[in-house]
Amino acid sequence: MTLAIAIPAGQAEARNAWWRHVSSRTAIYAFLTLFALLYLLPLFVVIANSFRPLPEITRYGLIWWPQHLRLGAWAEAWSSTCVAGTCAGVQRNFYNSLLMTVPATVISTLLGALNGYILSKWRFRGSEVLFACMTLGVFMPPQIALLPWAYILGTLSLTNSVAGLILIHVVQGISFATLFCRNYYVAIPDDLIKAARIDGAGFWRIFHRIILPLSPPILIVTVIWQFTGIWNDYIIGMAFTSGREQPITAVLVALATAGQQAAPFDVASSAVLIAALPPLLIYFIGGKYFVRGLTQGAIK
Amino acid sequence: MATLTIKGVHKRFGPVEVLKGIDIEARDGEFIALVGPSGCGKSTLLAMIAGLESVTSGQIFIDERLVNAVAPKDRDIAMVFQSYALYPTMTARQNITFGMESRGVPRKDQDEQVARVAGLLQIEPLLGRKPGQLSGGQRQRVAMGRALVRNPKLFLFDEPLSNLDAKLRVDMRAEIKKLHQRVGKTTIYVTHDQVEAMTLASRIAVMHQGSVQQFDIPKRVYAHPANMFVAGFMGSPSMNFLDGRLAARDGGALCVEIPLANGAVAALPLARPPASAPADGRVVLGIRPEHLYRYDAELKAKKPALARLTAPVELVEPTGAETVANLRIGDREVVGRFDPDGAPELGEQLDLGIDMTPACLFDPGSQKLIPDAA
Amino acid sequence: MTIAISSSLASPATPWRQRLMAWTPVLLIAPSLVASLIYVFGFTLWTLWISLSSSTLLPQYDFAGAKAYFELWSSPRWQIAYGNLLTFSVVYVGAAMAAGLALAIAIDQRIRAESSWRTIFLYPLAVSFAVTGTVWSWLFSPDAGIEFLAHQLGFTDFAFRLTIHRETALYAIIIAGIWHSSGFAMALLLAGLRSIDPDIVKAAMVDGASPARTYRKVILPQIAPIFLAVAVVLLQYAIKTFDLAVALTKGGPGISTTFPAMAVYDFMFQRGQIAIGAAGAIMILAALALVLVPYSLYSAWHARKESAR
Repeated sequence: MTLAIAIPAGQAEARNAWWRHVSSRTAIYAFLTLFALLYLLPLFVVIANSFRPLPEITRYGLIWWPQHLRLGAWAEAWSSTCVAGTCAGVQRNFYNSLLMTVPATVISTLLGALNGYILSKWRFRGSEVLFACMTLGVFMPPQIALLPWAYILGTLSLTNSVAGLILIHVVQGISFATLFCRNYYVAIPDDLIKAARIDGAGFWRIFHRIILPLSPPILIVTVIWQFTGIWNDYIIGMAFTSGREQPITAVLVALATAGQQAAPFDVASSAVLIAALPPLLIYFIGGKYFVRGLTQGAIK
Repeated sequence: MATLTIKGVHKRFGPVEVLKGIDIEARDGEFIALVGPSGCGKSTLLAMIAGLESVTSGQIFIDERLVNAVAPKDRDIAMVFQSYALYPTMTARQNITFGMESRGVPRKDQDEQVARVAGLLQIEPLLGRKPGQLSGGQRQRVAMGRALVRNPKLFLFDEPLSNLDAKLRVDMRAEIKKLHQRVGKTTIYVTHDQVEAMTLASRIAVMHQGSVQQFDIPKRVYAHPANMFVAGFMGSPSMNFLDGRLAARDGGALCVEIPLANGAVAALPLARPPASAPADGRVVLGIRPEHLYRYDAELKAKKPALARLTAPVELVEPTGAETVANLRIGDREVVGRFDPDGAPELGEQLDLGIDMTPACLFDPGSQKLIPDAA
Repeated sequence: MTIAISSSLASPATPWRQRLMAWTPVLLIAPSLVASLIYVFGFTLWTLWISLSSSTLLPQYDFAGAKAYFELWSSPRWQIAYGNLLTFSVVYVGAAMAAGLALAIAIDQRIRAESSWRTIFLYPLAVSFAVTGTVWSWLFSPDAGIEFLAHQLGFTDFAFRLTIHRETALYAIIIAGIWHSSGFAMALLLAGLRSIDPDIVKAAMVDGASPARTYRKVILPQIAPIFLAVAVVLLQYAIKTFDLAVALTKGGPGISTTFPAMAVYDFMFQRGQIAIGAAGAIMILAALALVLVPYSLYSAWHARKESAR
């Protein structure tokens, strides 16, 4: 719906209306363009500076059009820059993030789907209350969990390990994934399940033949959100791992903000991009699902 | 004085032409119905009269003033929407006064107007409620109140009764008619229900695929439809169409020959000669269901133009006030409305009488009505 | 609808098989349930206990009453953190909402390439707060960022050193936060604007309302619930602020931009005061509950009112 009416037909009245229309359109596009530039500025700065030679950055500042291009900063960021004592670049941390995020995402999503299926189609006494309790996990602040996790990881000898991080993110992710999947599965008509049971199908058969085929939309949304959330997490990674075991988002802050020992701008920009690229790529490719998760999640 | 004139109006959405040259007009105080199936362009035309859609070409005059480039709020019109479009966060009273507030009408005048309109529509007790707390019919009346309070030159209704259940629809239809008699404003009313059009309008514009098929008083649209579309659209159950051929009988009287099942041919004498005839003599005979009777001599005496033939009865639907029956003539199924006493029975070979006086002849190629010889 | 656990539709299987099938769902969900319940309730209760103890470096399971809470609230770090949180919440939520609304209204005007615009405004959400803070700290740095650019362009007197001064550093964080989250507000508000019955807008046009008046009186009141939902989500982000502030200012200069979440971390892991840290964590939980509980009660009541009609 629009409030700007296009009214042609050659008359003085018509021409006035046309001018008003054109000027309001121009104002709208100017406004949007201005904001778009503001939004894109940080991205531009990071991308441009990862390709600019350091002397140029020092001379012209961060916000300037690149005059020379250099690919070396990427290689340095990846394999030779120094962070927390070691000078082996961020590749180890990138792999840590991958090793942490992918399993945690997959496991929590699958569990979420299974739990969602059970809580929506196989309810039992008290299941609604238990679901509400599980959902509370979505809103828990990480601060409540810091000490207990420290204790648990210590007991299980999982401190400073990717496996420990996976455990944390899976447990915390179950609440979120279950919430999403259960709300989605509730919309699948119960009559489908009843018909299947009359046909003799049991729990697993129904899951495999009826629920899963209908699930791709919600599974994609859940995977995207989980991946983004886990990859972009800072506090868990920072609190429970250090140095070479850290995920890249955690190590990035140390790399970029260590005052005098901070990595130079070109290397730091490349590191930022390496850290930010996976979720950004997922966003640009799967944008529609990203938004869907947004609207669904917030409404709950 | 509030007249509406629409001259040569076309509307195009991109490559698609939805209105292909509309020419209609409404005199002061008339109730014009725009009726047609979905997609015929009637709502678009109404939106253009309101100024909510632009005119691709052509002219729209409200009271002799060209309004093509005039904004809706300056056209002195009021509109009632299918979904009522009441502002859900405001009370009924605020809904009605919203327009006046926007125009800066003083509070005292606003209250006067609200009282006037609320009395007219009997919605005084509802004024403090929000639309969510009102029933469908009540919401409809508040929407009409919002329109009435503007004292506009032109009233525009966009399928206002479609969202109501059948009984309520009949009641509200009567209320709209009474309102029009009381207030007497020029009204343009869009509907897909031909019964509404027939009962409410002083003139009907039947629309199909972007053009006006016929624009005339209800009686003439019904009895002398301009083409087969209008004939089939107006009236329920619809007019029966039978393929036949003109032939002369002894004495020079023209009749229509209809092929029957067993290879025989029924010759139905025409009541009046047509003005012209297609070269090959092929015609389509249109007969309304209410002009089918069980043949008897008494009836024939009263209706000399009663043609007679035998037809088997395939379906009987008694509605109480009448009995609707499906008969087979040739390879066509024909619907008739019969008196419940002595109604046809299933399986009966009915002695059928067809009143040929109101029957219509259509050219099968152009689908147009073949008028009577002058 | 509940599928009866002991369903009579089951084929006449052996009793143990029947019981297995009946218990399968419960057994399967049990581990998740247990883990979640421990995570939600166990952790909270344990943290609460610690906050009521006199633990310092290691947990001590005694009872010290509200001592940790007193120490928490009397510490300047916490007071500054809490003040920052209040300022941040109000400005961040308000400005992100305003920016999101402006963008949503602009995009709603039937403009071209709409999905491209949306993609641009929404992408910051895919970026972590840590990256956001890092990049914006560079933009705010006088030696290389915005101020430097202004000098390059000839505005040699231009000063833009938010992160250098105690009084203004918080606003640097707020700006970065608005950049990150207003796309979210935009997306939800745009969906709301789209859900409005177009006939109502047409009626307002016929009624003679100007576009501004139509938005103010007709459209925005109708999407009021969405404003509330967006505010609630943004407030949650605000209360949990950690990554953004650490990456952008490290809580500085000094401790002028510290936030409750950072203070908690500081007490727990850097000062060996886990009781005070736990007390801080409980305060953060209380703040979240203060926002979420009334909201969920309100939306449950609202939903029941809608369905009763």
